[in-house]
Amino acid sequence: MSDVGGVWVYAEERAGSLRPVSLEILGRARAVADALGTRLVALTFGSEEATARDLARYGSDEVVAVEHPLLGRYDTRLYTDLLEREVRAGDPSVLLLGATRDGQDLAGRLAVRLRTGLTAHVTSLEVDPEKRLVGWVPGFGGGIEAGIVCPTHRPAIVTVRPGVFPMPLPVSMPCEVRWVRPSLDPSQLGSQRVSFEPKGTGVDLTRSEVLVVGGRGTSGDFDRLQKLAHRLGGEVGATRVATDSGWVERDRMIGQTGVVTHPKVAVILGASGAVQFTVGIEKAGFVIAVNRDPDAPIFDSADLGLVGDLGPIVDRLVRQLGEA
Amino acid sequence: MQSVVCLKVVPRPEEVRVDLEKKTLDRSGVRSVINPADLSALEMALALRDKHGGRVTLLSMGPPSFEPYLRVGIAVGADDAVLLSDRAFGGADTLATSYTLSEGVRTIGGVDLVLCGDESSDGGTSQVPQGIAEWLGCSQATYVDRADRTSDGLLRVRRVLEDGTETIEMPFPAVVSVLGGTGEPRFIDYDRWAMAQQATVHVIDAAALGADPKLLGLKGSPTVVAGLREVRKPGRRHEVVTLEPEAAAARVAQELRRLGLVPEKEPSAPT
Ligand SMILES: Cc1cc2nc3c(=O)[nH]c(=O)nc-3n(C[C@H](O)[C@H](O)[C@H](O)COP(=O)(O)OP(=O)(O)OC[C@H]3O[C@@H](n4cnc5c(N)ncnc54)[C@H](O)[C@@H]3O)c2cc1C
Ligand SMILES: Nc1ncnc2c1ncn2[C@@H]1O[C@H](COP(=O)(O)O)[C@@H](O)[C@H]1O
Repeated sequence: MSDVGGVWVYAEERAGSLRPVSLEILGRARAVADALGTRLVALTFGSEEATARDLARYGSDEVVAVEHPLLGRYDTRLYTDLLEREVRAGDPSVLLLGATRDGQDLAGRLAVRLRTGLTAHVTSLEVDPEKRLVGWVPGFGGGIEAGIVCPTHRPAIVTVRPGVFPMPLPVSMPCEVRWVRPSLDPSQLGSQRVSFEPKGTGVDLTRSEVLVVGGRGTSGDFDRLQKLAHRLGGEVGATRVATDSGWVERDRMIGQTGVVTHPKVAVILGASGAVQFTVGIEKAGFVIAVNRDPDAPIFDSADLGLVGDLGPIVDRLVRQLGEA
Repeated sequence: MQSVVCLKVVPRPEEVRVDLEKKTLDRSGVRSVINPADLSALEMALALRDKHGGRVTLLSMGPPSFEPYLRVGIAVGADDAVLLSDRAFGGADTLATSYTLSEGVRTIGGVDLVLCGDESSDGGTSQVPQGIAEWLGCSQATYVDRADRTSDGLLRVRRVLEDGTETIEMPFPAVVSVLGGTGEPRFIDYDRWAMAQQATVHVIDAAALGADPKLLGLKGSPTVVAGLREVRKPGRRHEVVTLEPEAAAARVAQELRRLGLVPEKEPSAPT
């Protein structure tokens, strides 16, 4: 076992394809592995060969593909057992996972299994002069983030927020694929699935170039936002108040609990600009905000701010754009 | 059904001030609340008790100042409360926190179900529930919005995922993390409020817990804060204007055109 263990990325498969966040992490992890002077390994669990082949195109030195029909669905117990086995055998120094719901479920369980440290929900990854991986986590109250290290335990487990790193382009670099085909039986599962109900939208705001975002100030009238988004070829996003109120689906929530987006333009309507929200639009190219309160903090996060009632402004905007 | 609800007391985020010079958080004089998601966990536990009977015990790790909040939980409907409190527990990360809470669950004894919030609003790691489940070696389900016991004695939960909801079954004992915003927390009734003031909150220190001292608090925490820094804010233009709706809309439209998001108006044909 080498002194500097490898950098490992657990790439999550969902419905036969890779989660975008896993590739985003892989892109960043290449730089982390280079800075640490070590190998980059991507692991995937699943039931489809194609996933592993796809994964091999994103710059890792090796892909470990654990394959079995039972791995078609995430199960805490089975996945933890298998990942534990791989980690104990390969002894990486770093293990990165996407901060998706299943990713968090797995990371939290595995970290305790391995009695190691876990840094959750990081929005940036750096290697410091002492060659330690630092995961930056935005703190509450705003304006400040904490850099967390795991100096004495291995591997340092880190979950990364979707959307914070750019999607890497496929590269033509040699990459070994190691297939692991364990013999598994259903008694190794911790749970049985009774049913799965797909949720209509399937929207992924981290991919949108234009976002029309509504907060409490919309009073739930998202129809006019939808019209504007449609006109601009974008998607509708929302603050937590709006999703908690059931005005739009939860996967449209932007911010600390929601997603971190990086559109070219975000038009923010009737949101106060709480830090938990603005972390999700900081990477936007251009931010336009409409709020009737001239002192609303959202204007501190905006390039162009309009003070006024959002309803009439949006309606007129849709009409004006329609004339174009 | 014997349930434990893990309840954390958190500062109101909007009251915490940041000293950007010293790069520290100023929590002095900040008021606290029960972590919102934990109230959802409590409501789920109470609904299960209403249906299947049993007891609901509150469990918290924190300073003695948490006690009044546990009384609020009793007033809402919990039967009992345990506060794990000792300087040795201080500075705990998720590994040490989940260990300490799991020892609390063992001490309470005979527990079928541990309910946590899905995320604490200050730490916000969403990792403690899974940690508790691993220390206890039992089933787990995260991001749950519904839970019940089936006729064949299994725990059936609905997990809310990015692309849909899955319903899964697993054996007891189990730990679930309940999605914040699930269920309407019930009102405190006055009789319970008065009773809760008299109720005993069982305070347990490290010695009484009988836990491994190496695994507690700062000592038991592999993660370390290496630094704090200002979040890099993108340089924004900060142009704020007040205009009539028509003019405001025109201003936005102009900007959107400049950014190439809507086609430029056709230049009018020369007549
Ligand atoms: C741990 C934690 C995580 C969180 N995560 C998130 C998250 O991921 N995303 C998120 O969004 N929030 C999150 N929050 C909540 C966040 O703190 C705020 O409460 C929330 O963002 C506020 O939403 P809002 O701006 O829609 O509502 P409000 O704060 O109520 O603001 C409404 C704004 O609309 C304006 N307004 C009202 N009517 C009009 C009108 N007719 N025209 C124009 N303007 C109008 C008002 O002036 C006001 O500024 C989180 C909180 C915590 C504690
Ligand atoms: N100190 C604590 N005392 C009691 N419960 C806690 C504590 N820390 C975390 N929890 C529980 O774990 C959940 C998730 O917390 P976290 O992993 O910090 O986001 C919370 O909603 C609580 O139910």
